[in-house]
Amino acid sequence: MKAKVFVTLKPGVLDPQGKAIHHSAELLGFENIADIRQGKYFEVEVNGGATEAEARDAAERLAKDVLANPVIEDYKVELED
Amino acid sequence: MKFGVVVFPGSNCDHDAYHVISKHVGQPVDFIWHRETDLSGYDALIIPGGFSYGDYLRAGALARFSPVMQSVTEFAAQGKFVFGICNGFQILCEAGLLPGALIRNAGLHFICRHVNIRVENQSTPYTTQVDEGTVLSIPIAHAEGNYVCDDPTYNALEENGQIVFRYCEEDGEITDAANPNGARSNIAGICNLNRNVLGMMPHPERACEELLGSNDGLGIFRSLTAAIRSN
Repeated sequence: MKAKVFVTLKPGVLDPQGKAIHHSAELLGFENIADIRQGKYFEVEVNGGATEAEARDAAERLAKDVLANPVIEDYKVELED
Repeated sequence: MKFGVVVFPGSNCDHDAYHVISKHVGQPVDFIWHRETDLSGYDALIIPGGFSYGDYLRAGALARFSPVMQSVTEFAAQGKFVFGICNGFQILCEAGLLPGALIRNAGLHFICRHVNIRVENQSTPYTTQVDEGTVLSIPIAHAEGNYVCDDPTYNALEENGQIVFRYCEEDGEITDAANPNGARSNIAGICNLNRNVLGMMPHPERACEELLGSNDGLGIFRSLTAAIRSN
């Protein structure tokens, strides 16, 4: 089972990388992009024997304790068979 | 009195710290490999600058899980001194020994130059030998030195005198122009509530010899030495 973990900066935390990418997009001619925020995406392969609840629990704990820094980041976990 | 300099894979200011402690502070000092867990016999630890674990995931994020860090946390809880410089500051924030976090510089650049910082609180073990309001010229070398924290955390830092250094002009004035990285309220260094744990982005260990352009960092190490003596 695969868990997808998305880590994003909390609203209000400055994202200079996202701003720089947005600026490049504008230079490329994109006129309808209001904002870009950069985040991180992790694919976590959970052992085959795990139940959905166990896989979700493992991914949530991993996200909270390692993948995201709760001071500045939020996370979201999605499970995929 | 004995100092320890903790070495992670990717630390690169460990020798600078070791040099300053042995040569300019004149005290015994050991390197401590990050797999070590016995910190008995040490009075102060320096968590040095560099790029521990290549800054993978976030600066300082993976070093936090090194075996030595559990012992460092216990060491700090005993009231002993833990001094994080640059990447060391980032590691201490990730480990929860200091509040807040350090994110990408507002201007995106890696900045390597001397900056001026003002001593905001003289009554910490790291600043007793430096007068409050004194401006120190100390180099920075970082891409993630932009200190952030939420409002309650900031207010607590301010109220408890935990803001130890702020980026400033040469005359000590705190201005946006003197802020190299966008750090909240020009914060360059903070301590914990007990004041035995200090983290700062500038590198005082690179400012201990006139030959290197400044010896303003010496006061910080002399303060720490005096604090250990009276502990």
